[in-house]
Amino acid sequence: MNIKKNIALSDSGFVFDPSCGDSFSANPIGLEIIKKLKDGNSKEEIKAYVLDTYMTDETTFEKDFYDFTSTLLKLNVAEESKK
Amino acid sequence: MTTKKQITVAVTGLNAIDSPGPGIPVIRGLRESEVYDVRIVGLSYEALEPGIYMHDLVDKTYQIPFPSSGVESLLTRLQYIHSVEKIDLIIPNFDAELFSFIKLADHFQNVMGIKIFVPTQEQFDERHKANLNDFGEKHGIEVPKSQMIFSASEIPKYQEEFEYPMVVKGKFYDAAIAYTPEQAANHFNKISAKWGLPIILQKFVHGQEVNVTALGDGKGRMVGAVAMRKTYITDKGKAWAGIAIKDDNLMAMTQKIVESSKWKGGLEVEVIKDKDGKYYLIEINPRFPAWVYLAVGCGQNHPDALMRLAIGDEVESFKDYDAGKMFVRYAYDMIVGLDEFEKISTAGEL
Repeated sequence: MNIKKNIALSDSGFVFDPSCGDSFSANPIGLEIIKKLKDGNSKEEIKAYVLDTYMTDETTFEKDFYDFTSTLLKLNVAEESKK
Repeated sequence: MTTKKQITVAVTGLNAIDSPGPGIPVIRGLRESEVYDVRIVGLSYEALEPGIYMHDLVDKTYQIPFPSSGVESLLTRLQYIHSVEKIDLIIPNFDAELFSFIKLADHFQNVMGIKIFVPTQEQFDERHKANLNDFGEKHGIEVPKSQMIFSASEIPKYQEEFEYPMVVKGKFYDAAIAYTPEQAANHFNKISAKWGLPIILQKFVHGQEVNVTALGDGKGRMVGAVAMRKTYITDKGKAWAGIAIKDDNLMAMTQKIVESSKWKGGLEVEVIKDKDGKYYLIEINPRFPAWVYLAVGCGQNHPDALMRLAIGDEVESFKDYDAGKMFVRYAYDMIVGLDEFEKISTAGEL
């Protein structure tokens, strides 16, 4: 999954889609994950970072990551990677 | 230090109300010209158009006759105004008055020496709501099916083809969505009483409305275009707030319209993007929209570019603009002396 190239991100977590004018707010960890996705990090790399930085377990990460990325796809902030 | 050239521009559409005319935003754009020092002569139809009393934007205002009075009475009035003000350029901003101004365009330019930059009669007619299907076919643009009708009794004839909900539109302004035959007849009566016949029935397209303000040089070149999505809509369907967006498909459609029709002047393109990402042209307004100042705020001063094109200056096409800039309208109570209202009401000028 990729964050769309035209999506603008601010340091405060404001996410702006210039193609339709939609905007969203992400919390700090949400912003971190979006940035990592935008930088091309894989799910495994993000998982390693989150487990290393925050007090959480793998099962919780898997569930939350799935929820979060599904939301990003639904909001057209992200798109499935082209194979 | 360079001195700006003086120019006198007459502008209509001073009704900065809840369903605003484009005059005031056009004037704001003109006043921000880096080339011209603009003196604004406002042309109003009614004594309570707010622009008449906005003296920081409008230097002098004259009442002009309603379009229904005919071309001759408009010409007579403008000849008088020109004799006093020595107008260099006229920018009409209403759909309903454009017919008269287009008719007089040659006379303005060749006899009175006044520049005007409006579409040709053919361009004006071709994009008319009633002719939009043909326009779409001719220029290869998707348009929801529409039908011109002259009586509410014709509605049942088309309800199978159009299905409910359908859109009921006035020939110049106003549109309403009808969910039942009763509502369709009701909208027909309301809109036709205000704007006359015909009424246009249009197939309703579900999706997101997006609009573009653009400028064509009359030779097929799009000088500028800025797209916007309404983010706050009044009960009249007008944008009270909006955000500049960048959408390549929308720009391509606008470019196609301007290029293929060789559009001359300002225009607004209204489009619906459906859930499958398909774009439907629903309307072309033959003048700048009331939100045109957003384009100025985004780095494309369309009113200034139109003025310079009309004068005959070389005007380069705008390359880019800032997406994400927003406009937020507001209401503001001006305090006006009765003497001013008296002057415009009795003498027809202020």
